[in-house]
Amino acid sequence: MEEIIKVEHVDAGYGKTVVLRDVNFCVKRGEVFVLLGGSGCGKSTMMKHIIGLNPVLAGSIKIADLEMNRKNKSAIRRKIGVMYQSGALFGSMTVLENVLLPLEEFSKMKKPERIDKAMYLLESVSMADAADKMPADLSGGMKKRAAIARAMALDPEILFLDEPSAGLDPITSYALDNLILKLRDEMKTTFVVVTHELPSIFTIADRCAMFDKSRKAMIALGSPKELRDESEDSFVREFFNRGKF
Amino acid sequence: MKKGILYQIGKRTVDFINGLQETCAFVGEICCRTFEVVFMPKRFRFGDMMLALERAGSNGVAINALVGFLLGVILAFQSATSLQMFGVEVYVADLMAIGLFRELGPIVTAILLAGRSGSAFAAEIGTMKVDEELDALETMDLPPVRFLVLPRIVAAMIAMPLLTIICELAGLIGGALVLKMMNIPLSVYWNHVADSSTVFMILLGLAKAVVFGLVIAIVGCGAGMRTRNTADGVGVAATKAVVGGILSVVILDGIIAVICYIFNV
Repeated sequence: MEEIIKVEHVDAGYGKTVVLRDVNFCVKRGEVFVLLGGSGCGKSTMMKHIIGLNPVLAGSIKIADLEMNRKNKSAIRRKIGVMYQSGALFGSMTVLENVLLPLEEFSKMKKPERIDKAMYLLESVSMADAADKMPADLSGGMKKRAAIARAMALDPEILFLDEPSAGLDPITSYALDNLILKLRDEMKTTFVVVTHELPSIFTIADRCAMFDKSRKAMIALGSPKELRDESEDSFVREFFNRGKF
Repeated sequence: MKKGILYQIGKRTVDFINGLQETCAFVGEICCRTFEVVFMPKRFRFGDMMLALERAGSNGVAINALVGFLLGVILAFQSATSLQMFGVEVYVADLMAIGLFRELGPIVTAILLAGRSGSAFAAEIGTMKVDEELDALETMDLPPVRFLVLPRIVAAMIAMPLLTIICELAGLIGGALVLKMMNIPLSVYWNHVADSSTVFMILLGLAKAVVFGLVIAIVGCGAGMRTRNTADGVGVAATKAVVGGILSVVILDGIIAVICYIFNV
C-alpha cells in the first residue's frame, strides 16, 4: 500500500520544549492509524505537527509526497480534514451551515448542490435530523459526528480525529468507532486517530504508534494485537494488558 | 523563589518586544487580508459584519444616548456655575458644541465601545480559540483574520461615527435642558451652538471616531487571538481588550490634538 504520510526524524514540541525525539513512522493509504500513549505523552502535539498547526522542531513530515512547509501548507490542507476533541463547531452557525462552510469557500458547486452534499454527509453520520440545530443544543457525541461530516465536506484523502471517544459513554463511543470504519470502507478515507481508549483502539486500528512521556520517544509501532502479545517493552505490555481485550 | 530585579526587568523587556512583534505581525496580516477582500469582495463575510454591526452599533444606541445626555447635563452645570459669575452663561452653548464635537463625543463613545464591544470581540474570539475553533478554521485553510477579525473591524468603523453623532446630539440636548432651567431661551442656545460649530470640526470628530473604532477593534480582536488556554484566559483577554483599547484611544487622541495644534486647526 502507498505511504500517504511520512514522518521522518521528527522532534515534536512547542517553543523550546521537546516532547518527543526522533519520531519515524508512515501511514498507509486507506488504513486507520492510531497515535496512542498516556496523557501528556505528545500524541496531540504530533498530530498538530502533521496537520501543520505547529512547526516541527526538527525532521520532516510529508503528506501525499508534499513536504509540510509554509509553501505547501495550503495544498496539503485541501487533502485533509480534522475533527477536534471538542468538535470545534462554530457556535454562531447551525449544524448544516457548519458543514456548508468549507463547500461555500472552496467548491465550485451551486447552492442547491452544496446543500444536497451537506445533507448527504449529515445523513452518513446520522445527523440529518439535527441539521437546523445550533451546536449548543447537541450532545457531545452529536457534536463529534457533525464535526466529522464537516471535516469530510471536501472529500479529504486523510481524516484526523483528536480523541474521538473522549467524554463519551461506551455505547456512543462504540457507535462512533463503527462510523469511522464505515466511512473508511465506503469513502476509502485514511484515518489518523489520536486516542488512549483501548476498546476503540482494538475496534478501529489497523496499526498504531505508541509514545512514552518519560522516554520522550515513540516506543512501539504495529497492530494492536502485535503490541499486546509480542512487544518486549514492559510499558507497552502493561498499557495493553490493563484493558484485557 | 523570588527572582532578582534584573531578571524582572529583562523578562518584562523580552515580553514587551515579543508582544510588539506579535502586534506588528497581526496588523500586517490584517493589511494583507484587507487587500485580499478589496480585490475579491466575495471573500468578505458580509453577514458576519452585519451581525457585529448590530451588536456593536444598534444594541449600544440607548447606553450611548444616555451617557451622552448625562455628560451634557454635567458639563453644562459645571461650566454654567463658573460662567454665571461673569454673566456669560450663554457661552456654555459654545463650550458644549466645541467640547462635544471635537473631543468628548468621539472619546466617550470610544470608551463605551471599548467597554462593550472591544471586550466582546476579545471574549468571542478567545472562547473560539479555547474551543479549538480557530484551529479548525486554520486547518480548513480559512484565515481567522479574514473570517473573524475583518468583519468586526469594519463593523466598529461604521458603528463608531454613528454612535458618536448620537452621543453628541444627546449631550447637546442635555446642555439645552440645563440652560433652559437657567432661563436662557432655547433659540439662543441653538444659535450659539450653530455659530461655534464648523463643518471641519464636526468632520474631524467623526474622522477621529472612525480611527478610534479601527483601533478598538484591532486591540479587542488581537487580545482574543492571543488568548491563553487557561481557566482565566478569556477573562484576561477581555480585560486586556478594554484597558488596551481605552489606553490606545487616549494616546491617539493626544497625538491628534498635538498635530491639530501644530497645524493650527
